[in-house]
Amino acid sequence: MIAVSADADGSEKICRGNTAVSRQKGFAMETFTYYPGCTLRTKAKELDTYARASAQALGIALEEPADWQCCGGAYTTAKDEIATKLSAVRVLNSAKEAGQPLITVCSACHNVIKQTEYDITRDEEMASKVNNYLGLAEPYTGGTKVYHYLEMLRDVVGFDKLKEKVVNPFTGRKIAAYYGCLLLRPAKALAMDDPENPTIIEDFIRAIGGTPVIYAQRNECCGGYITMEDKAQAQKRSGSVMSSAEDMGAEMVITACPLCLYNLKKNSGSDLPVYYFTELLAEALGLKEASNE
Amino acid sequence: MNKNLKEQVLRSSGVNVLKCMRCGKCSATCPSYDEMEYHPHQFVYMVEKGDIETLMKSESIYKCLTCFACVDRCPRGVEPARVVEAVRLAAVRQQGGNRLEPSDIPALLDEDLPQQAIVTAMRKYAK
Repeated sequence: MIAVSADADGSEKICRGNTAVSRQKGFAMETFTYYPGCTLRTKAKELDTYARASAQALGIALEEPADWQCCGGAYTTAKDEIATKLSAVRVLNSAKEAGQPLITVCSACHNVIKQTEYDITRDEEMASKVNNYLGLAEPYTGGTKVYHYLEMLRDVVGFDKLKEKVVNPFTGRKIAAYYGCLLLRPAKALAMDDPENPTIIEDFIRAIGGTPVIYAQRNECCGGYITMEDKAQAQKRSGSVMSSAEDMGAEMVITACPLCLYNLKKNSGSDLPVYYFTELLAEALGLKEASNE
Repeated sequence: MNKNLKEQVLRSSGVNVLKCMRCGKCSATCPSYDEMEYHPHQFVYMVEKGDIETLMKSESIYKCLTCFACVDRCPRGVEPARVVEAVRLAAVRQQGGNRLEPSDIPALLDEDLPQQAIVTAMRKYAK
């Protein structure tokens, strides 16, 4: 949990674990270790670019470690899988060494890193094997606070504060939040929101002035990687998500996941526009043109 | 029944299959239900019975999306997706057991396919 207290001079103090930092009112200073992941460097550059530009405008500093590796895209739940968990542990440890919380944007990276953090703090055998292999200066056994970018907006910036900074509100626009599976489940490890009745993206939509559209398939899977194995199944799943959003009158769908975006755009057969939530954020903050230069 | 194989799947998954009360909620919520020959509750039951080789040969092990719907919605905390993963790993870890090879990838690419799809599919379908 984060404790925020206001001092007599109007500056605020944020305390998280052992780190306490002060800021002048209106000038946040929180610094995060930022893990972009493989796809934000390639096919999902806009997810990354708009996230960085918006964070800067909101007073959030993102520091990317020099040596991060791809998370692998999916968490291997098997207890006898160790090598597939190492890249997530490495970046969790980088953040720990920097004394910073870790932040992610891609839903898949977030899921892998959160599940790794959950298991390494509870499964001693896994922690022991991982640390035997990594040989870190100090063993990593958990403790890094991991935020999804949406959680940073909610818990560090605050949706009320975000709303004050909006210059181009999405007034009257009916926007459907697509959570998919990876942001919410397994809920005990992700702990972002209620897995069956989430509100964080709807609250984000309200903060940027839009009208959230609630639809049945917003937290059901788009098909994910099955597009590589069985295209028809991906078409069926993503088509079901998009028709559910269309039926409820959505004008557009927003997501945090590059693979969801791909399935919803390419495999669903729907023409409803799909955007990354960071693109709408940058547009609302009046940063979209500048961040494309 | 191959007892070693059963023990390997139980250990690898970390699942206590005896907690299952066969209500079928995992299968009811599974987005891949129509594509599966054996459904999540049947995976749990067949592992309990030690009938693992049948599952390893079934296409069903490649249909799970790892969306964790069955994990979060099971009223008994059985976590069937972990069982499916353990059976699939038992299959793809065998010599020649890869479902997907790096040489298959170029034919599957299109201009928008995110890298995330490739790394995830390789993690799920190959060793």
